[in-house]
Amino acid sequence: MARPLGEATREAYGKALAELGRENPDIVVLDGDLSKSTMTKYFAQEFPERFFNVGIAEANMVGIAAGLAASGKIAFASSFACFVMCKGFDQLRLAVAYSGNNVKIVGSHGGISIGEDGVSQMGHEDIGLALSLPGFVVIVPADGAQTRAAVRAAAEYVGPVYIRVGRPKAPIVYENGCPDFQIGKAITLREGNDITLIANGLMVAAALDAAEQLEQQGVSARVLDMHTVRPLDEEAVEAAARETGAIVVAEEHLLYTGLGTQVAMAVAKRHPVPMRFIGLTDYAESGAPEALMRKYGLTADHIARQALDLLQQRQGALV
Amino acid sequence: MVTTEVSLEQLERIARKLRRHIVKMLAIAGSGHPGGSLSAIDILTALFFGNVMRYDPRNPRWEDRDRFILSKGHAVPALYAVLAEAGFIPEEWLWQLRKIDTPMQGHPSVKDLPAVEASTGSLGQGLSIGLGMALAARLDGKGYRVYVMIGDGESEEGQIWEAAMAASHFRVGNLTAILDYNRYQLDGAIGEIMSIEPVVAKWQAFGWAVREIDGHDMRQILDALHWAREPREQPSIIVAHTVKGKGVSFMENNNEFHGKAPSQAELERALAELAD
Ligand SMILES: Cc1ncc(C[n+]2csc(CCOP(=O)(O)OP(=O)(O)O)c2C)c(N)n1
Ligand SMILES: [Mg+2]
Repeated sequence: MARPLGEATREAYGKALAELGRENPDIVVLDGDLSKSTMTKYFAQEFPERFFNVGIAEANMVGIAAGLAASGKIAFASSFACFVMCKGFDQLRLAVAYSGNNVKIVGSHGGISIGEDGVSQMGHEDIGLALSLPGFVVIVPADGAQTRAAVRAAAEYVGPVYIRVGRPKAPIVYENGCPDFQIGKAITLREGNDITLIANGLMVAAALDAAEQLEQQGVSARVLDMHTVRPLDEEAVEAAARETGAIVVAEEHLLYTGLGTQVAMAVAKRHPVPMRFIGLTDYAESGAPEALMRKYGLTADHIARQALDLLQQRQGALV
Repeated sequence: MVTTEVSLEQLERIARKLRRHIVKMLAIAGSGHPGGSLSAIDILTALFFGNVMRYDPRNPRWEDRDRFILSKGHAVPALYAVLAEAGFIPEEWLWQLRKIDTPMQGHPSVKDLPAVEASTGSLGQGLSIGLGMALAARLDGKGYRVYVMIGDGESEEGQIWEAAMAASHFRVGNLTAILDYNRYQLDGAIGEIMSIEPVVAKWQAFGWAVREIDGHDMRQILDALHWAREPREQPSIIVAHTVKGKGVSFMENNNEFHGKAPSQAELERALAELAD
């Protein structure tokens, strides 16, 4: 049942960026001494004159990106998700979000699947920080193909965008590319009537595997790839609530400020149904990526268990 | 706490042993940062075993202890190696580096080990924390000294210079920074990525007492650490010229080993070179 692994989303980001660089001379790229990890190195190799490695100075990087964008460039700025979002936050707030500058932040090593380096390098709250900035489009792609589509869409979109990519090889969700990718439009990967699983990033593959497990138990689960956290596809969320009556959201992020809270707001507003939330409630730790994902409940098994539990709870409430 | 006089040879022997521990723990972990651990270990050895720092391994939170903050947290194998040698943690723990359900986090974590003074790993933060501790010592009338090791790449962070300005403004004489000037950061050579030169003049201009040394010469390291303890009304920094990967021929000045663990075969070669 395990899906074949494809390229890491950060790898796809780096390749997509180099491609865009060939097509559009206005694309400029910044990095903070992590170009070998964020994969902006491909762009750097091909377009050294349009690449700025600012050293270990994330706040400065965001400010420079804002200035480049204010002067007509499409500025992509990258570091680890935690460093660029946390250290660049005030600059992201005033010079990018409030000013509406055309800056694309791509944070790599999002989530806990980076593994052994541990908490200081993991993006636990990067998506929440991006979501807290008005005007920021926030995208968490599921695999390499979708990342390429997202990076392209971000370059075309005028305004601030945050894309979170990951360190490990990502299970392939889109075997034939992701041509239907559209900012703000959820992708229904599987139809179902009993419950809906909503996920993004690495949790999309886990949700698909969970849906297969559920099918064996006679439960028909819909799976939505909610790659865009904002603007959220509220229509798709409402339809899921109406048509399946129960929703489980799964994300590789702290639960306080992420996909789950955004979906819950939409559900509460449009069509309240019982929900469950899978994600982090505290900082994680060092360890092998798969072991961490298991320990912190970011697995297909855990999604399927929560889904069954939720259905039972709803059954009980109905009786 | 080491009370008896130690010779330079003894310190060099300890440093060599700790280098073996560093490469071994990294090889077992399968990931981590050898280069910056090996460039730092001679200085850490002198700090902990050269009658410089006061500490008590049975009471890691002893109020009067001197503090050491590894601001360049990715060099944590060097810190764990000295903590084990000093008796703060059992040596067996070294082989659990980066493993799940252990306190041996991939970057220093105060939550996991009481002997760690500050959680680091997001570069740029340690000097400010050290300054806070130095100010607290003054408020509490305590005589402890705070040592903070920073990286040369790390010195590109604005926060380092904010702390530098504040420390001299507040006239903290009990704060000593040590710059591990190994000439490389993650993406390449410091001079090519983002030069920090003229670094000595910068620290002087920020109001610090500066001393330059060879960070692998035990005599010079000890002299500088004693110089740092002389009473003065300004913070001090030791600019230590070091070699990234020092002690393992194929890691020296080879930035591939900034963040890559040695393979089993590489470990054996390294251990052979580091044998007593
Ligand atoms: C704020 C922040 N940005 C980026 C990183 C990723 N990173 C880890 S080590 C490193 C290079 C550090 O260079 P230096 O300070 O010279 O350390 P050393 O050469 O001693 O290993 C980078 C960029 C980080 N840990 N923290
Ligand atoms: Mg360095």
